[in-house]
Amino acid sequence: MNTSAPTATGVAVDTRLLSGWYATGRPADLTDHLRQYGTPPVTAARGNRHSAALIRALEAAGLTGRGGAGFPTAQKLRAVAAGRGRAVIVVNAMESEPASHKDQFLLAVAPHLVLDGAVLAAEAVGADTVHVCVPRARSTQHWQLSAAMDERRRACLDAVSLRLQGLPHAYVSSESTSLVRWLNGGEARPQGAPPRSHERGVGRRPTLVHNAETLAHLALVARYGPVWFRQAGTPDEPGTTLVTVSGAVAAPGVLEISLGTPLTAVLDRAGGPAEPLQAILLGGFAGVWLPAQHLGTPLTRRDLAPLGAAPGAGVIVALPRAACGLTETARVLAYLAAHSARQCGPCRLGLPAVAEDFTALAAGRADPALLSRLRHRTGLLPDRGACRHPDGAARLAASALRTFADDVERHLTYGACPAVHRPPLLAVPPAEPPEAWR
Amino acid sequence: MNRDRTLRIDRIACTGHGLCAELLPELVALDEWGYPVLPQAAVPARLQAHARRAVAACPVLALRMEHTPR
Repeated sequence: MNTSAPTATGVAVDTRLLSGWYATGRPADLTDHLRQYGTPPVTAARGNRHSAALIRALEAAGLTGRGGAGFPTAQKLRAVAAGRGRAVIVVNAMESEPASHKDQFLLAVAPHLVLDGAVLAAEAVGADTVHVCVPRARSTQHWQLSAAMDERRRACLDAVSLRLQGLPHAYVSSESTSLVRWLNGGEARPQGAPPRSHERGVGRRPTLVHNAETLAHLALVARYGPVWFRQAGTPDEPGTTLVTVSGAVAAPGVLEISLGTPLTAVLDRAGGPAEPLQAILLGGFAGVWLPAQHLGTPLTRRDLAPLGAAPGAGVIVALPRAACGLTETARVLAYLAAHSARQCGPCRLGLPAVAEDFTALAAGRADPALLSRLRHRTGLLPDRGACRHPDGAARLAASALRTFADDVERHLTYGACPAVHRPPLLAVPPAEPPEAWR
Repeated sequence: MNRDRTLRIDRIACTGHGLCAELLPELVALDEWGYPVLPQAAVPARLQAHARRAVAACPVLALRMEHTPR
């Protein structure tokens, strides 16, 4: 085992993916990357239908997906490895969550860690092609990644073919089925029905879709092993994770933290609250508003589940007491409604209706029937779409009604609050439908 | 022999004709826009014949009855 594991060099146990960045302060090109990590251990990762050392290591490490769903990585690899025919790897670097910047940051400062992970995963499941999917609107990222891939090609580093793909940018185009559908020549909209991608995905081949950050962790597990990986995090949820902290904190940005770090400690790492907080938005636009009294909770799926929350894509937005949570939620819901793929009736019609009611509530224009209608419509969104987009919007709306219950009463009784004139806290893209799906 | 069955809706295919709710009101309700709501997806044995009729009547083949996954 390589002795230059990040912990052995004196770097903090929760700085792994970003250790090179902290050490040098500049993006790692291939030379920097190889100096720090050496070449990816592809021979050790190579698998066949029945066994793969890397998959066993990932299982022992307990690595889970860092894109939001938290599915065990080893299980995903095993399913694809068992499929019929040559597999395909898809790197999901779409990061369509507007409040998340972790994958963009990681790909900017350590692109080769992600690419190593993709190549190692390809060796483990017997894939010959890696598609790296990014939104084509992010031209700088596109250019940087294409340069990183050229470096690897010139160095003849990889036995598999790496292809950069620029997709249209919509909230739901980062769904794994949207990527597969687009790579097959279709639109970047979620696909509901089977076949499942791991059985029949890109070009009808078994397809492994993984979030960019997950693959970077995979690249480190392949080098340093499961015991090293488990030195950070909790026994149930080991390792580190990237989070994007924004809102009312002194130093917003992307951080790497151990899973199980209390939310207050995460906020402190981001400079601490800039003013007294009433809640945080946790997970992303499809996440929940968590009241400030729960900020002592460790950041794990297990600890957050009783509160109806989850780490999601690692988004944390600090909402100050002076802001209006209902107004912020109304803006997010309007955006989510505009970004429905418009394929399923309950989402196409239900989301705008919920968003409109929420806007009326936030603006103090509620009719007497609004609250019961809003609760009813919100309750009918989950589990009635081809993807989880309506479920996410419903989760956010329901958590806002819970967390800001006193504000709801005040808005219903006295109309809009003074905070409605504050500049918006969340950076929400315009609530307009995506320009293109293909 | 009756096996456990579950109703499934292809949400992309469904265009809200509403025939399923008419033929199988015991299991299918409609929302305010006419799209089906299934309070419970499991089909009791006594309703399986009705459910099969509703599946056959769906004009866009969006309603299906499947073996309940174990």
